[in-house]
Amino acid sequence: MSVVPGQPDRIRTLLSRHRPRYGEPIFRGLVGLASLTVVALIAGLILVIAQQSLTGIAHNGLAFLGGSDWDPVHQVFQALPFIYGTVFTAGTALVLAMLIGVGVAIFLVDLAPAWLARPVGLMVEMLAAIPSVVYGLWGIFVLAPWLRDFVEVPLHDTLGFLPFFSGNPIGIGNLAAVVVLTIMVLPTVAVVSRDVLAAVPISQREAALALGATRWETIRIGVLPYARSGIVGAGILGLARGVGETMAVTMVIGNAPVISLSLFSQGYTMASVIANEFSEATTNLYRSSLLEIGLLLLMVTLLINAVARLLIWRVAYGSTSRSVLA
Amino acid sequence: MTAMTDGSSSSLPAVAPDALPLSRGLPLGERASAALEHPAVQVEVGSLHAYYGRHRVLRDVTFTARPNAVTAIIGPSGCGKSTLIRCLNRMHEVTPGARVEGEVRLDGSSIYAPGIDPVVIRQRIGMVFQRPNPFPTMSIFDNVVAGLKLAGIRDRQLLDEVAERSLQRAALWDEVRDKLKSPGGALSGGQQQRLCIARAIAVEPEVILMDEPASALDPISTLKIEELMDSLRASYTIVIVTHNMQQASRVSDQTAFLTVGDDGAGYLVEFDDTATIFTNPRQRLTEDYISGRFG
Ligand SMILES: Nc1ncnc2c1ncn2[C@@H]1O[C@H](COP(=O)(O)OP(=O)(O)OP(=O)(O)O)[C@@H](O)[C@H]1O
Ligand SMILES: [Mg+2]
Repeated sequence: MSVVPGQPDRIRTLLSRHRPRYGEPIFRGLVGLASLTVVALIAGLILVIAQQSLTGIAHNGLAFLGGSDWDPVHQVFQALPFIYGTVFTAGTALVLAMLIGVGVAIFLVDLAPAWLARPVGLMVEMLAAIPSVVYGLWGIFVLAPWLRDFVEVPLHDTLGFLPFFSGNPIGIGNLAAVVVLTIMVLPTVAVVSRDVLAAVPISQREAALALGATRWETIRIGVLPYARSGIVGAGILGLARGVGETMAVTMVIGNAPVISLSLFSQGYTMASVIANEFSEATTNLYRSSLLEIGLLLLMVTLLINAVARLLIWRVAYGSTSRSVLA
Repeated sequence: MTAMTDGSSSSLPAVAPDALPLSRGLPLGERASAALEHPAVQVEVGSLHAYYGRHRVLRDVTFTARPNAVTAIIGPSGCGKSTLIRCLNRMHEVTPGARVEGEVRLDGSSIYAPGIDPVVIRQRIGMVFQRPNPFPTMSIFDNVVAGLKLAGIRDRQLLDEVAERSLQRAALWDEVRDKLKSPGGALSGGQQQRLCIARAIAVEPEVILMDEPASALDPISTLKIEELMDSLRASYTIVIVTHNMQQASRVSDQTAFLTVGDDGAGYLVEFDDTATIFTNPRQRLTEDYISGRFG
């Protein structure tokens, strides 16, 4: 197709016409304001919670983190059992969810045919959409009795001498919390890992295949190392979800401030104690101590999230060269 | 090796035989026996058709890549050069929906025969891609010996020897000998490509396929890779794709010229000794293409 003579001039004239620019500052102002609101919200939230927990911090001191006595009547507020409960349940759930979730991601990206990967992926995403309280109901009415009869009792009878399986198997407790949390953390880990794996360039897979790698070897040497920090990021996002999860855990963990290695023991988490006791916190100190737990929880989840984003970002944008090294 | 300043002669047709690297002047038999370290195998391509889904991109390609020789595949963009070379080590079928018909014989036996494991074929036929693709998080050393480690070789001494030898052959040793532990992603593009070549030859394949190995490289790295190909000829059968006609004439013994037919599929226009293709092609299309008169 030939260009009409004089057309370049026409286009240049059209392009050089003056466009009014007053929309620019308005647009910029609006989006700036929107982002500022978010920043202000977060900062405000942290500030208020921090400020409100000052009474607790002053009264409880370091024993808040190190002691295991939670006795509102005598004004003793020591949060170690809750911290322990959160770390124990969320940590164990994370390990399980990583094993399953990364497996699911590998299957979806590298093994499953497209017609299968789509619906399965959607279903995994849907797991994340089920309300927490529904998991809790299921956990307490279905999972806990089942666990007691078919997992806990047999384990107790055979391996009861191990600290993990000691105590009374009643269904409600750490194990139920771990299982429910695993299911709730799984979609986060699986979906983020899937996206991270899908972002690994084909050329990495071909590099391995051309060396005579089998499918699994290709994933092992070409795909997983490349996606490493992104998968770690997926795990950390999952951990953040597990640490903050409240409703379902509160319903199945038993809510007893006990520090125990046993999966059958009842436990308590930071989120659960807040949910359970906020309405009873009548004294200023009690209230402030609960807020202190809230502050701790907030800090931990924010930190976990920040680290996760950083790691995922590095895989997605730092790709092939120098930045992916660590 | 013959040091050639790159980009010297830009007027293409009829590259005089004496403008070719030293060995090219000798009759084939003599040249081969002069440098032959290791007898390689031949790759026969017979009536090969390749498809992406229902779309045919290669039609009826037949030629034989001679052992201990460099065979160049040239042709306009999109004519199926990459597809063809990927059919030679069963990498084509890795793309979903991609399919091959026809024959490829390695040392006389079909690589597409039922029961043949593509993994084994790819061990025997190494490949270097157009864009360097080292494993970026793996160390330089581990990159080179990745194929050996896959095969379960753990003998540290052997791995050390192979790594050094392969890097030396790929003309990269001097640049990386002091940082073998640093990651493969931390090299320049040209170094990465030579690392990929080292990785490919470390497993001692019988055939090496290179898809425009120098297209992203500067003239000096290109020269190093061309010298490398020349020396690799002594032990391997080499097939390269190149867009650079001078490169084809410099490094190759045989040349296959493909172009796109009316049906949109690439086909083989002419296959012959490189000297013949470049000085005395039989087909008008070939002559037009190598002399730059092609669309
Ligand atoms: N993954 C794919 N799916 C579908 N069609 C493809 C795919 N890869 C290549 N093709 C098509 O196959 C044809 C041949 O492509 P190929 O990459 O082999 O060409 P080429 O000769 O290597 O080109 P270039 O010189 O530009 O690298 C082209 O028409 C291209 O559009
Ligand atoms: Mg190509």
